[in-house]
Amino acid sequence: MSLSALFLLDAKGRPLIYRDYRGDVSTKAAERFIAKIGELEDAGRLSPVIHDDGVTYIYLLHVNVYLLAVTRANVNAAAVLVFLHRLVAVFRHYFEELEEESVRDNFVTVYELLDEVMDYGYPQFTEANILSEYIKTDAYRMEVSPVKPPMAVTNAVSWRSEGIRHKKNEVFLDVVESVNLLVSSTGAVVSSEVVGTLKMRTFLTGMPECKLGLNDKVLFEAQGRSNRQKAVDLEDIRFHQCVRLARFENDRTISFIPPDGAFDLMSYRLSQNVKPLVWVECLVERPSRSRTDYVVKARSQFKERSAATNVEIILPLPPDAISPQSRCSQGSATYVPEKSAMVWSLKSFPGGKEFLLRVNFNTPSVEAEEEVHGKMPPIKVKFEIPYFTVSGLQVRYLKVIEKSGYQALPWVRYITTAGPSYEIRMM
Amino acid sequence: MADGKGYFSTTKRGEIHELKEELASLDKLKKKEAVKKVIAAMTVGKDVSMLFPAVVNNMQTEDLELKKLVYLYLINYAKTQPDLAIMAVNTFVKDSQDPNPLIRALAVRTMGCIRVDKITEYLCDPLQRCLKDDDPYVRKTAAVCVAKLFDISPELVEDRGFLDMLREMLSDANPMVVANAIAALSEIQELGGKEVLQITPHTLFKLLAALNECTEWGQVFILDCLAGYDMADPRDAEKIAERVMPRLQHANSAVVLSAVKVIMRAMDSVKNEDLIKAWSKKMAPPLVTLLSSEPEVQYVALRNINLIVQKRPSLLSHEVKVFFCKYNDPLYVKMEKLEVMIRLASEANIDQLKEYAQEVDVDFVRKAVRAIGRCAVSLESAAERCINVLLELIKTRVNYVVQEAVIVIKDIFRRYPNRYESIIATLCDNLESLDEPEAKASMVWIIGEYAERIDNADELLEAFLETFPEETAPVQLQLLTATVKLFLKKPTESAQRMIQLVLSAATTETDNPDLRDRAYVYWRLLSTDPEAAKDVVLAPKPVISDDVSGLEPHVLQQLLAQIGSLASVYQRPADTFVSRQRLAVARADELQAVEHKFVEDDASEGGAAAAQAARDAGSSSGGAPAAAPAPAIDLLGGDLLGDAPEPAPAAAAPAAAAPPAAGLDDLLGGMALGGAPAAAVAAAPAPAPKAADPFDLLGGAPAAAPAAAAPQAPLLLGAEKGKGLTVHGAVVRRGGAPAYELTLHNGAAVPADGFMLQLNSNAFGLAPSNQVVAVGTLVPGAGGSAAVPLAFNPAKVAAGPATSKLQVALKTNQLGVFYWEDALPLPSVLDEAGTIDGNEFLSAWRALPQETTQRLGATVADIDAAKAALGAARLFVLAHRPVPGTGQDALYVTGRITAGTAPTQLLLELRLTRGAPGVDVAFKSGRQDLAPLAFDAVAKALGG
Repeated sequence: MSLSALFLLDAKGRPLIYRDYRGDVSTKAAERFIAKIGELEDAGRLSPVIHDDGVTYIYLLHVNVYLLAVTRANVNAAAVLVFLHRLVAVFRHYFEELEEESVRDNFVTVYELLDEVMDYGYPQFTEANILSEYIKTDAYRMEVSPVKPPMAVTNAVSWRSEGIRHKKNEVFLDVVESVNLLVSSTGAVVSSEVVGTLKMRTFLTGMPECKLGLNDKVLFEAQGRSNRQKAVDLEDIRFHQCVRLARFENDRTISFIPPDGAFDLMSYRLSQNVKPLVWVECLVERPSRSRTDYVVKARSQFKERSAATNVEIILPLPPDAISPQSRCSQGSATYVPEKSAMVWSLKSFPGGKEFLLRVNFNTPSVEAEEEVHGKMPPIKVKFEIPYFTVSGLQVRYLKVIEKSGYQALPWVRYITTAGPSYEIRMM
Repeated sequence: MADGKGYFSTTKRGEIHELKEELASLDKLKKKEAVKKVIAAMTVGKDVSMLFPAVVNNMQTEDLELKKLVYLYLINYAKTQPDLAIMAVNTFVKDSQDPNPLIRALAVRTMGCIRVDKITEYLCDPLQRCLKDDDPYVRKTAAVCVAKLFDISPELVEDRGFLDMLREMLSDANPMVVANAIAALSEIQELGGKEVLQITPHTLFKLLAALNECTEWGQVFILDCLAGYDMADPRDAEKIAERVMPRLQHANSAVVLSAVKVIMRAMDSVKNEDLIKAWSKKMAPPLVTLLSSEPEVQYVALRNINLIVQKRPSLLSHEVKVFFCKYNDPLYVKMEKLEVMIRLASEANIDQLKEYAQEVDVDFVRKAVRAIGRCAVSLESAAERCINVLLELIKTRVNYVVQEAVIVIKDIFRRYPNRYESIIATLCDNLESLDEPEAKASMVWIIGEYAERIDNADELLEAFLETFPEETAPVQLQLLTATVKLFLKKPTESAQRMIQLVLSAATTETDNPDLRDRAYVYWRLLSTDPEAAKDVVLAPKPVISDDVSGLEPHVLQQLLAQIGSLASVYQRPADTFVSRQRLAVARADELQAVEHKFVEDDASEGGAAAAQAARDAGSSSGGAPAAAPAPAIDLLGGDLLGDAPEPAPAAAAPAAAAPPAAGLDDLLGGMALGGAPAAAVAAAPAPAPKAADPFDLLGGAPAAAPAAAAPQAPLLLGAEKGKGLTVHGAVVRRGGAPAYELTLHNGAAVPADGFMLQLNSNAFGLAPSNQVVAVGTLVPGAGGSAAVPLAFNPAKVAAGPATSKLQVALKTNQLGVFYWEDALPLPSVLDEAGTIDGNEFLSAWRALPQETTQRLGATVADIDAAKAALGAARLFVLAHRPVPGTGQDALYVTGRITAGTAPTQLLLELRLTRGAPGVDVAFKSGRQDLAPLAFDAVAKALGG
């Protein structure tokens, strides 16, 4: 686990900033890297870890900036990539967005951060909110007192500093479940999964001890509770580093001292079969060689008292579609040529309802003769259903205990959304 | 806020002069602005080293930000101004005692990054203080600094006892300090090749405790270190695995993967099947969840999952669905998911694969078609469905889909002979779309193999034959064989005409010796005994089996111990790609020209085609040319005599197919001087002066009395470590066998006796034939010498590539056991009669595919003396000739290792210019891993 150097490169591969940790890789590495990824991309063999001439390049591209780690050793590649993603988060915490301009404009701060997050190629400390206590941008440099490293940097609780004060002690907890789904062209659900995240925003004074209770099936069974309460079988859970993992392993208690502000407390996954919440069927007809009709049916398959909002159904059209027309029974449909798609938006989609959309368009008849290879991309669906979790997960309690003895107010919200790959394949 | 605005725009003339003035300004703000401008210039690559004194003058400042900038400047330019850099030392030392821990840490951190010899000395005292600092932030920084110092000067680290201090830090109350100490010790261990980090039950407990408390990165360090712990005892393994298990729930994917690594290791030593099952069950969900992380991390996870399921296929056998590709997955993720799907071959995959085969990306589509073929070959129950899917795909008439399908159908025919031939007709309808050699060759093979069932086989082949001269070699070979098959099966008039045509074309109009030879063999067979020809050409072929290639078990095991690392991503052992060595004080920019050449590149310089083939084979079988074994299907090569090497059939082939490099041409008197990529190779890996064999250096006087040699022999065990006992010695060759010559001196207060020697397993399997070190009893102040003869013991052969590493234990009755590490010089195992004649050398050199090269720093003025010196090391010079047009001399040198069961001949080519420094050595042998040792031996012999 030892990187030789870190580079931030612009989109063309010119170094914006580089920090050489070991002095065993030339600064020319950046040029070689850009040449190499060009070569690999042409060959269709690009990957995030590249080897060239004894040097390994591990990188990711964020907006228009490459974050590139260079090494000659057998480093922990997973750790390096996670570290680079963390670095993006740190920079975004400081500069709102990480892009060429923000790196150039803040190069002194970037250098300072690169000195602190990594030493001699070992990742050291990537908690943005603690870093900003001792590495400050110009606007905050005014204070006179000499900065010292916060205790948190080396503490067991490395994500929270002592002495935080809030007038009002509040905790906001959002349970966000996102559904990923793959439906085959024959209408069968090929795979589905639910990825849930507990997003927390805490405004708590001091060093609060928190305890979270969920309707966790494993816990209920261990406690021998009856099945009166609906429990959820969480397949896999991952916790923010503040959660005491050994304790959870022992007795399934979720206990932690939270960071101040926003963070993801935990994420979980269920791969049990989920009924598609919004079902879309698309019938394709070709009345003539140059004309195609879509008849699209969208159905909401959840309880009537819930309603999906901000629904978007994105229907792929052939790139050479000419003047697509649409009619729908609800919402509005617009043609988005740059995406080669018809986007059907519905502000609200109550449960147990069905709506219809018709699309027709022409294609150049000459090309229609020869079938263009490559299937159409799948239909994508986006939606949000507030006050609802597919899994049935519930927060039973959120206890906050602090030695000063204040009462904290927990606020819990639930929402289910379509995940990034809620896909229905076209016929 | 925006501290960078405008800094990057100044390009006017006189800028440097202006900066110099501003740096000397009395206005603090102006000064700081100037330093920022300097750093900005440095960032965009301008050389501002001439401002060194002016910038460093600003080092003593209250302004922390300014101080950091000056430090940054120092790190970058100290190397170019070593004398001026000394100016900075005072401030460093002062800063390392500053009341503010941030500044103390900053000073010690920065000093460690300045690789200037003179500064290094001054680093020791501040480092010693900081390692004991009250503030954990300073201690954790100092811990890393020890690793930095070790890279510059391992001697200093040992002399100053920093290693002991680091080890003490494992018991530090602060988890971050523990984690950094672990990281530093792990690296020092890896770099120095010595066991500096011995995990005792006590430290193990400390590590497991720190695991719960340190940052995510610290957890990764600790887990990676635990994975290297020898868990021979199942109870240990169980304890560790149980403590590590909760880490699987960590949000950081790297922590999860490292935890998986430790648990996989623990599984190997645990015997309890139920436990293994329970652990597998716990590991599967977190592994699946890794596929919800960022795509780059997914990629690493998938490469590792690929390894994990090779070892434990049942672990994820119920999770096939999670590897289905999503439309928006990046191509590299899709490709890796496909690889895993192939490993977890399941009928559920077929429909998915069919979908993928109709997507847009050509490479992905091709791989999907191949995957269908592999699925058919490995799952008999799925073969029928696969065939149907392939036929549907062929009907799409998409050119590259058809070609891939033909290739895999050929494989399926080989796996299930006489079952699916009914589809040949469909294939024959698509002949015109075949334009890639592999697809063409496959189709021709099918026609020849089933000629009797294809009515118009002769017409089809004839159509192919029209372009015979233009075809690539594999297609030509297939055409030749298929025509012979056709002729033997259906000796019609047209077949007769075709065979004459093809035989004459293949014997007279081609430059390809394989083709010509094969044609002659057929010709002779057919003309002398057609029945024998039938027996040979139409002999039944063995049925192929599952072609999903796995890694060699020992390679797999090695890679699994490094889950998450680059080795696991590349799927080849670390030593095949790690180019990192202790660079001492050298900087990369200076080393640009002398970097290690990666094997792949060497191959490509030698001969593009074969190297390309090697790479293709590598990437299709998982991107690991060096380690991946052959994907088992080798259809075209299956016929007896019938088929020649395919372009890239198997990953094992690339190495064998790599063309002879430039060195051979020279040997043959050629002129290929330009093609000496060999010249650019890094200096020898960490020099090991200890290993020097005094006798060999002196030109060979093996009979010299040990006592006389004693003063020159290197020190192996110092009095401090040896409780008063000192040992000098080296492994030498005496009377045709290796021996360990030792000179002992007892400086302890008590007499010592009962000296016994033992060696750890080593590259050549050497072990004492008699463990007694015959020096009798040594009273205090007395000394004695003895030579312990060493013999080959197969049980003592260390696994992996050869190294000179020799771990030695010496037991005494009174003082306990001492350990040291020595280097095993190659000449000690070289045979006195290890020479061969020139022709043998030449043919052996040609037969060996791979060569390793290195440039040694030695200067040779007198060739004859060099010959004698090499000969004394039993490296025999066979020939010496001038290299035309260069003024260089070439020496051809050989030696033989007899230790071990099979003697290994070493072949070397030395090129040098008399009197000028630099000797280029090219090395070839059946054991290419001996190269570093051979280079070392040559260097020693030549006095480099």
